[in-house]
Amino acid sequence: MTELTWGVAFVIVGTYLWKLAGLSVPQTVLEHRVTLAIAALIPVAFLSALVAVQTFADGARLVLDARLVGVGVAAILLSLRVPFLPMLIAAAASTALVRMFF
Amino acid sequence: MDTSQRRIILDSLGLGIGVGTYGLTFGAIATASGLSVLQTCALSLFAFTGASQFAFVGVVASGGAPLTAALTATLLGARNMFYSISLAALLRVRGWRRLAAAHLVIDESTAMALSHKDPRDARTAFVWTGVTIFVMWNLMTLLGALAGNAIGDPKVFGLDAAVAAAFLGLVWPRLTDRLAQIVALCSVLIAVALVPFSTPGVPIIIAGCGAVALGLVWKRLIEHKTGADD
Repeated sequence: MTELTWGVAFVIVGTYLWKLAGLSVPQTVLEHRVTLAIAALIPVAFLSALVAVQTFADGARLVLDARLVGVGVAAILLSLRVPFLPMLIAAAASTALVRMFF
Repeated sequence: MDTSQRRIILDSLGLGIGVGTYGLTFGAIATASGLSVLQTCALSLFAFTGASQFAFVGVVASGGAPLTAALTATLLGARNMFYSISLAALLRVRGWRRLAAAHLVIDESTAMALSHKDPRDARTAFVWTGVTIFVMWNLMTLLGALAGNAIGDPKVFGLDAAVAAAFLGLVWPRLTDRLAQIVALCSVLIAVALVPFSTPGVPIIIAGCGAVALGLVWKRLIEHKTGADD
């Protein structure tokens, strides 16, 4: 198996075990105040880091490029409550247009 | 079947079909970023949790090691455990049903289930939302994966910006309170600051864990303060 396939297998096993654990482990063990607080913060923390890296990083370099336009468009559309899919298409299209003309 | 049940099923189908179409984006980005069609479809079939799947592909596309990508994706999947905890009492599933139900635990199926007080309504919403999204997500992943193979480079059509926009769309509805906003800001700053000094993917893990820790401290300080006021 290639390293990439190992990575895929890791994700499959890891994500399923989280889901199963919540249905199987006694609730008193998991429903601790601190674990619940951590659980609430994890998505916000990781997704924000992903937004940042996906917008500004090119390998180990920080860059300002056409992606920033797409993300800006996405933020405007999200604040206008535009649904997910049209928002994604607009973000991709605006980035592609900027690349085409500049 | 009574009208309330039929209503729940229709709502679930509508949401499921809408959400499932994002699978197209995932499939296209995954194969354009270097995953095979088989690896891409395996993720949608067996991991079946969109944010983690996008995270894995995003880190791989930016040149991160597959293990770093897998760690990021798995940590992001931790929230599903807390969804399962909230669902356990409503679903009351045992044996193989529990194994199957666990697979369907995602943001949308949980939200739909928890919006109903009656356990029977909650189960109907959970199963119909989960199964509809599962079917649509996988069909669309396959279509997207084949398209992505033809596209080849995620920069074509701005797919790389679509990944960033997908993460933004996922985090947006969570930024409702001050604590979440502070955690998000800290995470962005830490991640950006670390990019020049580490291999791709690592900044996400450090920023994610660091921002969670800062958030816990902040929460503790707030609680302490309001406690003193009482």
